[in-house]
Amino acid sequence: MSNTTASTSDQVININNLSLTFQTSDGPVFALSDIDLDITRGDFVSFIGPSGCGKTTLLRVIADLEKATEGNISVNGVTPEQARAQRAYGYVFQAASLYPWRTIAKNVALPLEIMGLSSAERKKRVAHNLELVNLAGFEKKYPWQLSGGMQQRASIARALAVEPDLLLMDEPFGALDEIVRDHLNEQLLALWAKTNKTVVFVTHSIPEAVYLSTRIVVMSPRPGQIHDIIESDLPKDRTLDIRETPEFLALANRVRDGLRAGHSYDEDE
Amino acid sequence: MTKMNSKRGFRYSFVPVMVVLCVIVVFWYLAAVFLNLPWQRDIYERAGNTEYSVTELVSGTLSQERPVLPSPHQVAQEVYKTTVEKKITSKRSLIFHSGVTLSSALLGFALGTVLGIVLAVAIVYNRALNKSLMPWVIASQTIPILAVAPMIIVVLNAIGIQGLLPKAFISMYLSFFPVVVGMVKGLNSPEVSHSDLMRTYNASAAQTFWKLRLPTSLPYLFTSMKVAVAIAMVGAIVAELPTGAVAGLGARLLAGSYYGQTIQIWSALVMASLLAALLVVIIGWIGTLVNRRMGMSPHG
Amino acid sequence: MVDATHAQFESAVQEKMPAGVRTGTQKSLLLAALIFSLLAFVAGLISVLSKSELAINPISSLVLLLAAAATWQRQALSHWLYAGVYLIATTIAVVLVLHHLEIMQSTSFADTAIMASLSKSGYWLTVVAAWLMAWLAVEHLSAVNSLSRITNRVLSFIIPLVFGVWLLLLWEFITSGAGVPQVLLPSPSLIAERFSNSIPILVADFKQTFLKAVLIGYAIGCSAGFVVAILIDRSPFLQRGLLPIGNLVSALPIVGVAPIMVMWFGFDWPSKAAVVIVMTFFPMLVNTISGLAAASSMQHDLMKTYAAGYWQTLFKMRLPQALPFIFNALKINSTLALIGAIVAEFFGTPIVGMGFRISTEVGRMNVDMVWAEIAVAAMAGSLFYALLALIERMCTFWHPSMRT
Repeated sequence: MSNTTASTSDQVININNLSLTFQTSDGPVFALSDIDLDITRGDFVSFIGPSGCGKTTLLRVIADLEKATEGNISVNGVTPEQARAQRAYGYVFQAASLYPWRTIAKNVALPLEIMGLSSAERKKRVAHNLELVNLAGFEKKYPWQLSGGMQQRASIARALAVEPDLLLMDEPFGALDEIVRDHLNEQLLALWAKTNKTVVFVTHSIPEAVYLSTRIVVMSPRPGQIHDIIESDLPKDRTLDIRETPEFLALANRVRDGLRAGHSYDEDE
Repeated sequence: MTKMNSKRGFRYSFVPVMVVLCVIVVFWYLAAVFLNLPWQRDIYERAGNTEYSVTELVSGTLSQERPVLPSPHQVAQEVYKTTVEKKITSKRSLIFHSGVTLSSALLGFALGTVLGIVLAVAIVYNRALNKSLMPWVIASQTIPILAVAPMIIVVLNAIGIQGLLPKAFISMYLSFFPVVVGMVKGLNSPEVSHSDLMRTYNASAAQTFWKLRLPTSLPYLFTSMKVAVAIAMVGAIVAELPTGAVAGLGARLLAGSYYGQTIQIWSALVMASLLAALLVVIIGWIGTLVNRRMGMSPHG
Repeated sequence: MVDATHAQFESAVQEKMPAGVRTGTQKSLLLAALIFSLLAFVAGLISVLSKSELAINPISSLVLLLAAAATWQRQALSHWLYAGVYLIATTIAVVLVLHHLEIMQSTSFADTAIMASLSKSGYWLTVVAAWLMAWLAVEHLSAVNSLSRITNRVLSFIIPLVFGVWLLLLWEFITSGAGVPQVLLPSPSLIAERFSNSIPILVADFKQTFLKAVLIGYAIGCSAGFVVAILIDRSPFLQRGLLPIGNLVSALPIVGVAPIMVMWFGFDWPSKAAVVIVMTFFPMLVNTISGLAAASSMQHDLMKTYAAGYWQTLFKMRLPQALPFIFNALKINSTLALIGAIVAEFFGTPIVGMGFRISTEVGRMNVDMVWAEIAVAAMAGSLFYALLALIERMCTFWHPSMRT
């Protein structure tokens, strides 16, 4: 479990010419086509695009939940499969995906049990990470006794408990209402600033992408590909008020234009 | 949320259930009077008694020794007499007979459940078994398996296996199928994101089994165990028919039908129903507890 | 340690394996088949020395041996090809082994006891080798990863078929080869013989039990359950009362009413039909009630906005919604009805009927006749069920469980 290769380079994720084609009974589906992308340590990268543009698929390829059919990808300098075996990343799903028969504490401890950590270490990490997402005191509760936002926070704590440098998040706040989502976005930014992790974040909300990210990857569907990569020049410590500033709106407009252009691409279909 | 509903549901259906039960009892009495009337008239005619009042006639129909349809209180009396008043060791004690049937049903149920779980795990973890054996398991549910009961009993008797085991074997055979089907469904029921989560942790198949698949399958297991325990009871009763068994509820039914002892048949039937209901309720109750602990139910 | 378990359960993940790459299970099966067919060949070859008639013995194992050896080192072949080679080899071997079985059953098939036992062990080893190879074929067929729906349909039919045929063959090989007493377990060939010799009896029994008792009782019981459910539909009070009772009664050993029905309605089929009616009534009642309650409040509101009346709502929305539930009851009841009719016949019948035949032939130790009767019951049961499933598919094609 040495990270020597990774630490020499600042590139966490390296994607070259990557394509993924699903073979179905209705013929091939080009989920991803010709993806080139590098993600640097400490980045907060968002994938944004309409449904079917492959943003979730790309995240799943990084996580080794799908296999690319062509091209190269490395995570921490190794293949995604090896990275997964090293537990190099934490993954947050769209639904909280907490196991309903485990308490919140037991849910957060789940990956630690699988890694074979001692119970003392597990206890320490569970307490620490629940603290981090403001869920201290809810250890003994079952997931269904918590609100949707709290459940999603617990699932973030579960992803952080592995102590990964890389956090992969697949529309984690997509199922929540706007008010809760704003709140969690703020907390996530604070968390990111505190822990200095690399975050790859899938979303279909323009304000969310612009508010959170240092880089925004705009994707377009059929075949799923990268339409544009937008660097954000917003300051690193942001509050929700930044969404009223002209800089923010300019960025949001760029993203919106990109999405529109990507969409008109296949309007003739 | 489903739990809240079912809790409210219990209180909300209690009164209607009681009312319906009362209506059934009333109908039972009416039917008993009506069905036993011809025979009672016959008795009076033969005795030359032409002057009988309606009340005499009705009470007569409800206290015949071998009525076409015994009245509820006759059955209740018989059950009481043969459970409370007879010694358990007595051949006429219904508790003794129930015990015989219950022990083979429970033994068979336990064996069938264990076997079913083991086979389900094998099917889920072996693609070839899943594709080759599973269709047969499902198809065999459409076959009247109970028809083989007499043969199994006689054949096992022929090779010297007697008593509890052959009957338990039939109960096992019958309760095994629903458990396999339910358990396979349950082991395959984890949500995609739940299994993906295990994959992101690089969990071994054994870890995924113990931490995800087994817990998720438990509600399905209990649902099928309810079916299994009911059918195990039927199996034990039917298994007592062909050999002219001397003990057990099935033997009571058979003996009662030979000698026209309708009250005995009905009391055996009531006892069998009570036992089956009790078993189903107990399993269902454990299942509800487990479901609540699991925070889910197979019906969503 | 963890890695070992992982490898062991690899097949469970059902990952997409590239075509033609063997899994561990397949490799070990092939090795086992190779070893057994080699041993069988050697044993068979020696036994030929005693009698040339036994030449069939080494030939059958040779076929298997060649198939195993020819595919031994090939890694790049497709699963189809592997499965095809193994299936053809086992089919040839099985035909030859069946022939060998005939020779073995004639009394003096070998000169000396040693030769006889050698020939016999050749037989058993060949059976094991052929069985291993058939299993291997199934493993390969299951590993086929096809995108075409038709191929998958055909596969989902062939794989269980191969399995079922092999179950029958093993049954035949073991019962005939080991001389299992007929009372204990007759061989399939004996059962088939008995079956074809007693078709008139079987048909008469089928008519008495299935066409009369089962079908009539089923029709009356199911319609009664349905009608009662509709009748009490307007009374939530009765529904609340009847639903828990019906659920409980469905789990009770209702077959037990058989002796009572026989007393009331006599020995002939009406008493059996009565048992079937009682058994099928409650599942239908309970399912129809829950089916009629399945429509969501939103759908009810929609009908309300159309100012639809009770009957319009019932026929246009609630009954179609209830169809999956109703078919569920129809399917459950098809099995229950057969069980009820057969078991009721154990309590007394005229001298015809499937249950009657089973109980009397068991008493006479004519086990092969019992098996023939069970075969009829199994076929009737599964065909009845299949027919219902087919109708269900046509009526409830829109239901999520039917869409593929």
